[in-house]
Amino acid sequence: MLTNEKKKYDWLTIALYLLIVIFGWFNIYAACYDEAHAAIFDFSRQHGKQLIWMGIAFLLALSVILIEPRVFSNAAYIIYVVLLALLVVTLFIGQVTNGGQSWINFGAFKFQPSEFAKWATALALAKYLSQIDLDFKKPKTKLIAIILLAVPALLILLQHDAGSTLVFAGFIFALFREGLSGYILLLGVLAIALFVLALVVNQYLLIGIVAALCLAYLFIWLNKRNSKDYWHIALFFVLCSVFILSVDFAFEKVLEPHQKDRIYVLLGKSDDIKGTGYNVHQSKIAIGSGGFTGKGFLKGTITKADFVPEQETDFIFCTVGEEWGFLVSSLLVAAYILLIVRIVGLAERQRGTFARVYGYSIAGILFMHILINIGMVLGLIPVIGIPLPFFSYGGSSLLSFTLMLFVFIRQDADRNQLL
Amino acid sequence: MVCLNVMANQMSDRKIIVQGIFIAVGVIFIIKLAMLQIFDHQYRDLADRQALRDITQYPARGLVYDRNGELLVYNEAVYDLMVIPRMTKGLDTAYFCKTLGIDLEEFSQRMEKACKYSTYSASIFMKQISKEEYGRWQNVLYKFPGFYVTQRTLRVYDKPIAAHVLGYVGEVNEADLERDSYYKQGDYIGKSGLEKSYEEILRGVKGHKVMHVDVHNREIGSYQNGALDSTAIEGGNLYTTLDADLQQYAEKVMANKRGCIVAIEPSTGEVLTLVSAPSYDPNLLVGRVRGKNYSALAADISKPLFNRALQAQYPPGSIFKVAQAMIALDLGAITPGTGFVCDKVLGCHNHPSARSVQEAIKMSCNPYFYYTYRRVIQQGHYKNIHRDAHYGLSVWDTYMNRFGFGTRLEIDLPNVQSGNIPDTNFYDKWYGKDGWAFATIYSNSIGQGEVQVVPLQMANLACIVANRGYYYTPHLVRYYGPDSTRNNAFYQKHHTGIDSKYFDIAARGMYDVVHTAGGTAHRANIPDIDICGKTGTAENIGVDHSVFVCFAPMDNPKIAVAVYVENAGAGGAWAAPIASLIVEKYIRGEVERSEFERLYVETNPCQKLPLTRRVKKKKK
Repeated sequence: MLTNEKKKYDWLTIALYLLIVIFGWFNIYAACYDEAHAAIFDFSRQHGKQLIWMGIAFLLALSVILIEPRVFSNAAYIIYVVLLALLVVTLFIGQVTNGGQSWINFGAFKFQPSEFAKWATALALAKYLSQIDLDFKKPKTKLIAIILLAVPALLILLQHDAGSTLVFAGFIFALFREGLSGYILLLGVLAIALFVLALVVNQYLLIGIVAALCLAYLFIWLNKRNSKDYWHIALFFVLCSVFILSVDFAFEKVLEPHQKDRIYVLLGKSDDIKGTGYNVHQSKIAIGSGGFTGKGFLKGTITKADFVPEQETDFIFCTVGEEWGFLVSSLLVAAYILLIVRIVGLAERQRGTFARVYGYSIAGILFMHILINIGMVLGLIPVIGIPLPFFSYGGSSLLSFTLMLFVFIRQDADRNQLL
Repeated sequence: MVCLNVMANQMSDRKIIVQGIFIAVGVIFIIKLAMLQIFDHQYRDLADRQALRDITQYPARGLVYDRNGELLVYNEAVYDLMVIPRMTKGLDTAYFCKTLGIDLEEFSQRMEKACKYSTYSASIFMKQISKEEYGRWQNVLYKFPGFYVTQRTLRVYDKPIAAHVLGYVGEVNEADLERDSYYKQGDYIGKSGLEKSYEEILRGVKGHKVMHVDVHNREIGSYQNGALDSTAIEGGNLYTTLDADLQQYAEKVMANKRGCIVAIEPSTGEVLTLVSAPSYDPNLLVGRVRGKNYSALAADISKPLFNRALQAQYPPGSIFKVAQAMIALDLGAITPGTGFVCDKVLGCHNHPSARSVQEAIKMSCNPYFYYTYRRVIQQGHYKNIHRDAHYGLSVWDTYMNRFGFGTRLEIDLPNVQSGNIPDTNFYDKWYGKDGWAFATIYSNSIGQGEVQVVPLQMANLACIVANRGYYYTPHLVRYYGPDSTRNNAFYQKHHTGIDSKYFDIAARGMYDVVHTAGGTAHRANIPDIDICGKTGTAENIGVDHSVFVCFAPMDNPKIAVAVYVENAGAGGAWAAPIASLIVEKYIRGEVERSEFERLYVETNPCQKLPLTRRVKKKKK
């Protein structure tokens, strides 16, 4: 605040944001289009409502830019606590839709606190980790950071919103950047791989394979061995075995039936294209039938005929795939990846820890949304209902992501003034 | 507040790892997109199959008129209830069954059948629902997801006549589907008669409408604004040569008999009437009752589905003598004044010996034609009688073919038979080369032996004499379609190559058959009409077949008729009077000899008749 340099907004990020939001609106319009309601400003239709949300979102973005960035870092914990409170309230008065209980009614508007909870958690984590002389190496620090993430995640899980809970895994990138061991990331990947393999392959065969790999590591790849290595490998093997054996139990007892079905469909163990597999089957038909150049705007036969459920929201990517083809849908994927890669790049150039942690956090959140949503639509990931950021129909989602992004853009614009 | 330290520097390298993970995921997504959208083509088909519905519009089949413009065959709208099994989720089965008046068992049977065909594409759930029935539940059809109706047409015949000529339509079979890609499962095709031979004219062109349907199977509009649609083109009409009144009359006459009548206008070859008895009401082979009725008709031992006029190959009997005489005259084997003693070398009835060709025809003298035929076969070109007969038969065979015998008359009806005129190959095969001579084959002289003709060829013989030496291919359609297309093949004269003066002799002989003492067919006499005829009695295991061919009037003939009555004895007894009724009906418009008419219409020839010659029974 000593220097008064001109603010430098990252116009690339803003341009990507605008591009995605506006292109998203066209696809919402296409998804709910019918000739009787073709008027753009028909506010009884979703495309009309989305226009209002977009207006509010742009105003919100503008206001965030006008607010001093300090306000958000100062109020981080307050915002976090308020959102936690709202999550708790939601558990009691929340409206149940699609098996999840994550909506609060405010008169005419419905509001989804979990969307904003991610943002609040990002603020809180950034605030906590940006404390002066905080040592991330201390287990206590890690524990507090994890509690900060776990509390909202658990509250959201209690709302039966598995998708939004999973998104909290995205914070691992921020923690990783701040010093969390890379092995944690690897362990995470390993756990997912073992989980999937345990469902597909015979458990004991899998344990045998792990044992063989462990032995191979010990006696072939390791040149110098000491007793510590033996112990570590043995421990690793035991943990893996326990994990593999518990997958079956976890799968049967912890997951809900529809979640199990979705995983089975993905693994090709069930081919129920009329039941559980219906959504993904239809979504693949819609995308696949788009071909290289697509069928043309408003000309999608599958999306136009309501074959794909949740088409304006979670399955909006189908519309892009069908009507715009490979050409534009791959560009959209590229735009998303460019956006989050850019955010990480911007985060890294921050001088303050708060902005950096916050930047990494929202990049992680966006990444998880993109990974789960597009992965699901393409049939790479089990069906988990979460929106595609800036793109899916829905006010809570658009507003929370806009808020999330523009708080960061504002921080970034002031990066030189903080010193 | 300097927080840059060594640690931070190391950690900042982790940016690369994080960004690398993001990019890797993006690359995986783009590869998957490429697999779905570029390399895998199944999704395009899947999308079209579920979101587009190809609605076929069936054109009305062409109408059929008689020669006087009377409508013989037209159409009636019916409806096929179609089902797409996959779309029937949420169907109120009980309500559906109640509405359609079927029970649950029938419902599941029909549904199973539809599912077997395809769960994705439409198949017929219930066919040929009448307009009235459809009207009853038309307004609740929308409550049955996966069901819709398509309009079809059924044939209607006001007069139940000419079943064998008109033919019938039925569902296509596997062979049809393979032969012609125009047809789809459940389509209709002409199976016999004119319906079959003019199928491509009558069927028209199917139209297509591609509709975009939504997940609830509701039509939400035309696909690509109808760019792929085509309208149905109605089938072309047939303007036939049939005389509906004459046909109806002829069928009435033949109602209690077995046999056939073919009447042709000699100057054009137009078939006026073509009856095969027993016949059936063409309305029986229409609609949902078709299958049942068809089985019943096919199982009937009197073979009502068999078109005797084109397919029954009979020995012609004595009518063949007319052709024999013409060939012998043309060859110079005999002259018009040649006489032969009736020495009963072949069995004959009692009559004075014929002193000329004219008399021989009048009296139908068997020995006369025995000797005539001997002169044709043994022309004396070779000393060896076998080689001589070989030569003679080949000459005779060529002549006979020019009379339309032994070859197919290319009438515009399917399955016409060619009959048999034995040629040298035929006998060589039977007896070996040099294993046969005149003595082996003389039965041909009087239309017995190996000679076989179909009744159409008999009528054609009458035409040839009526025209004094030529014929036009008998046909049933004058012109068809919107452009009144004609088939040029039917306007080509087929000449026998025999001088017309010889045919004058034949005509006079045939006149005498009916009109002078000693003639064999006085019963064919019609007051004030110069009818020329020739009887035949085709020997048969069992009771002989009664045959008569004639034309009238003698000069500028208007009609030539062949009548064949199975197991009715001599030609003069049954076939001749029946032929005369047809001639009278056609020329006068009505039959004045009412008592005579009643006798021949109402009586069954297999009963004993006061007026018939005693029929002889042979051992079976």
